Amino acid sequence: MSSYLYYPGCSLSGSARAYAESLAAILTPLGVELKEIDDWNCCGATEYLTLSPLRGYALIGRNLALAESQRNGTSTLVAPCSACYANLAKTDRFVRDSAVLREQLNGALAADGLQYTPGSITVRHLLEVLIEDVGLDEVRRHVTRPLHGLRVAPYLGCLVSRPDYDDRWSRHEQPRELDRLMAALGADVVDYPLRTACCGGHMTQISPNTGFELIRRLVDAADRREADLLVTVCPMCQMNIDAYQDEMNHHFRTDYHVPILFFTQLIGLAFGLEPRALGIGTEIVSAHRALGRIGIEVPAAEEVAVPAGPAGPAAREGRRAPRPQGLPMPHLDEDDR
Amino acid sequence: MSADKPVPASVEPGQPVDPPVDVAAEAPRIGVYVCHCGTNIAGTVDVAAVRDWATERLGPHGVVISRDYPFMCSSLGQELIEEDIRELGLNRVVVAACSPHMHEKTFRGACQRAGLNPYLCELVSIREQVSWVHTDKVAATAKAEAMVAGGVLRVREQVPLEPLRVPINETTLVVGGGIAGISAALEIADAGFPVHLVERQPSIGGHMAQFDKTFPTLDCAACILTPKMVTAGSHPNITLHTWSEVTDVSGYVGNFTVKVLHRPRYLDTDLCTGCGICQEKCPVKVVDPTFEAGVGYRKAIYRPFPQAVPKFPVLDPDNCIYFERGTCKACEKLCPPGAIRLDQQPEEVTLQVGNIILATGFEAFDARRVEPYGYGRLPNVFTSLEFERMSNASGPTGGQIVLRDGVTEPQSVAIVHCVGSRDRNFNNYCSAICCMQSMKFAHLVREHTDATVYEFYIDIRAPGKAFDEFYQRVQDEGTIFIRGRVAEVTDVLRLPEEAAEDGRLIVQVEDTLAGRQRRIPVDMVVLSVGLEPQPDAHEVARRFGITCSSEGWVIERHPKLDPFATMTEGVFAAGCALGPRDIPSSVTSGAAAAARILGRIQQREMALEPIRAIIDDERCSGCRICNDLCPFSAITFDDARAVTEVNPALCQGCGVCIAACPAGAIRGTGFSDAQIMHQIEGILMDTSATGPADAVAHATSPAGAAAEAVPA
Repeated sequence: MSSYLYYPGCSLSGSARAYAESLAAILTPLGVELKEIDDWNCCGATEYLTLSPLRGYALIGRNLALAESQRNGTSTLVAPCSACYANLAKTDRFVRDSAVLREQLNGALAADGLQYTPGSITVRHLLEVLIEDVGLDEVRRHVTRPLHGLRVAPYLGCLVSRPDYDDRWSRHEQPRELDRLMAALGADVVDYPLRTACCGGHMTQISPNTGFELIRRLVDAADRREADLLVTVCPMCQMNIDAYQDEMNHHFRTDYHVPILFFTQLIGLAFGLEPRALGIGTEIVSAHRALGRIGIEVPAAEEVAVPAGPAGPAAREGRRAPRPQGLPMPHLDEDDR
Repeated sequence: MSADKPVPASVEPGQPVDPPVDVAAEAPRIGVYVCHCGTNIAGTVDVAAVRDWATERLGPHGVVISRDYPFMCSSLGQELIEEDIRELGLNRVVVAACSPHMHEKTFRGACQRAGLNPYLCELVSIREQVSWVHTDKVAATAKAEAMVAGGVLRVREQVPLEPLRVPINETTLVVGGGIAGISAALEIADAGFPVHLVERQPSIGGHMAQFDKTFPTLDCAACILTPKMVTAGSHPNITLHTWSEVTDVSGYVGNFTVKVLHRPRYLDTDLCTGCGICQEKCPVKVVDPTFEAGVGYRKAIYRPFPQAVPKFPVLDPDNCIYFERGTCKACEKLCPPGAIRLDQQPEEVTLQVGNIILATGFEAFDARRVEPYGYGRLPNVFTSLEFERMSNASGPTGGQIVLRDGVTEPQSVAIVHCVGSRDRNFNNYCSAICCMQSMKFAHLVREHTDATVYEFYIDIRAPGKAFDEFYQRVQDEGTIFIRGRVAEVTDVLRLPEEAAEDGRLIVQVEDTLAGRQRRIPVDMVVLSVGLEPQPDAHEVARRFGITCSSEGWVIERHPKLDPFATMTEGVFAAGCALGPRDIPSSVTSGAAAAARILGRIQQREMALEPIRAIIDDERCSGCRICNDLCPFSAITFDDARAVTEVNPALCQGCGVCIAACPAGAIRGTGFSDAQIMHQIEGILMDTSATGPADAVAHATSPAGAAAEAVPA
């Protein structure tokens, strides 16, 4: 059993409840134990740091200080949410590099009787921990229901592979880690070029036109490549593509239907766990049809008939990208398909 | 060294005018010369005061004359020294002026002409070290006085030294058979001297052989290169070592011993006629990553291109069926003269050469590193070398510009400048040739197709002859220039109106002149990648005993005034090994290095500075602490006598071994302990006191001076 400190973040108990449920379900088979930090607070998301850097770092730093004081055999803090992960990692790094910030931060934390020693906690993202520490071979061992035939588009979002302070990611704009994990589950991984493209973040609130455009780009790219669903690691990305897809469709007069699930949910399915136990069925853009194609029954909430339209399945024929032939192509890494 | 009169060093042209001065028998008679350097020194240092101070306070230490003069380095200034040597019988000279880097040679030359050993002249820097770095005139003058005192006390301890003369072997080694190496080799060979030209690839020609046309004349690269290649290949004075590498270099200028490894071609070059049947019949076809830049094919046994020099193919054992599983042998069976030798072994030869030119060239930046441009992921993104091969009539597409499918002609092409150059994420420098190359591509695309061409640039660098005219021509031809660094090349559509562009590439860029973002759909993108040093540059530098920058470019002796020599005597560099440059510059640096070498060969011998380390056998205990410290590999251990030795020709006099020796068995000629300690005492002299200096004055008897004398 490998043990880690755990920072869930607010969305895991809210809009990304499915993420938390599916994560809990797969921990035991993977031999991972997560010890939630006691009394953790908000990670500051994106807004607070722009308003007041010091307050932002203090807010985030409190979590690091709590983690430090609750270390018990492990000093690795795992965060499933990309924004939480980025904030925690950034703060640790900045406090490490700046004596001034360190002093100010610890001055603020002292008010709560806390201290943070930079570098005493290693912050890592859940996906990277599973791939690096548990390992794909171990994941493969537990696959009892390979996802053959399920065309999956891996979408990491912007914050996971950049900035890469500790050089953990293979590439930064097109990292292949999630691709490899999905392949280990037996899925048909689509070569999705927008792995780290922006989902719009809070633009859905601030500037909906921009937000919808970004969401549309992601969904359209997946649709064109005939992906059955998108898989992601970030609650924000999941929410934007899931909860706002209808509005986006309305805005552009399209009718895409590309469900998006968390990678932990797919791991759970491949491990033979019940969809309900993994939070599947709670998504707004239903994964019912996508998973039905490979024989997984998902309770359909309310199936909205999808008329054949310019973006519908019927129109997919005849729009294949030309396959390269003739001149040889340069190769990327060994593990590229 | 004999106790006879020291023979003057004939380093400079011309013989000494006067008979040599024998210092061994005399007390020191020192002349001090304080230069004004216009107002450079005199503006801050009171030169008259320094002059007077030298006479008064340093008289007891041997100063017999002290002068000041506006420009000591002028002929008149030098003549002052020469006259004083003759008329006043000076046997030591101290010049207080600029840095020794500037004029040490000048004043040593003056001394030599007057018959004084040049190493009895000391230059004290009161410009770079005093007047240029201080503003307080009183303090600066005091400091100048102290430094002059240091110089005077030091020079008393100096003894005549003779340069080491080494013979120059008239054979030259040129490493690298690209245009720079070929040019250098031809210059030397045409002058009548033998050259060994070593090339790693199966053929000489380098990158220039891959190009289609050259800018700005649009000469066909192969047409202008192959005649030189043929001449080099058949020149009686040039020995080609292709498919070979230098594995070891030892020795010193004029006298290098070089080991070259000939990799097995797996055929007997005495029998091979170059007919090419082996290549034709070989069943294995693989992508050619070298000559064809990964966009064409070759066989397992191959000649890299039809005009290869030498004409002999090589066999690639990594892709050969015989080497993999013992069968096939089609080449062996079908070779008419029976030249195939599948059991051939590598062969090492040892060469003796006098000088070496490194012309090892560059490697193209790997465009896969710039992820946003999608090279390696998006089929229709190409690099500049791939484009050169495509455009070349003897390339994989027969000169047709087509997409990766090998068939479709593009309707629009984007050419992206500065890929991997001028970029803090990759290489900060400008790669010099890519602007011209990019514009050449624009012209070639329009020559071969009807495509619209976009050039995405940051600045246009067109400095050479007819370069800017070429830029204007390409603009007149209708190429669209957009000033902006490309942010992304993508196949993902974003705006609803882009739906019609499905399958094409979109170039996203900020058009900085128009002040807005643009997304431009194109069929094909060509990335003008920058130039990088060869990947093994550091290892090669170590092997040849030279230095390269942290990036890997060879460091020249002086970036302005000696841009093709290295700090190691006898080793020169030419072409892109020094840094990105175009073909004329490469040819020029090759010829320049050749000229320097021809001068050396013609003089038959070279004098090396006698500033070096000397080991006293009696004191050396054989502890070998110094052995691994020498950065110039000049120290060896004599097992028989159990003492360490310094090779005087390799020793550069850095002093590391001298400092490290626990027994004090090593001393430096020209920087002995006595000289340095006395210089320190002089610097610490109290310059504010008046009257004769009462600082330390160790009596230096003539006998003492002779004891320090050094064997030539």
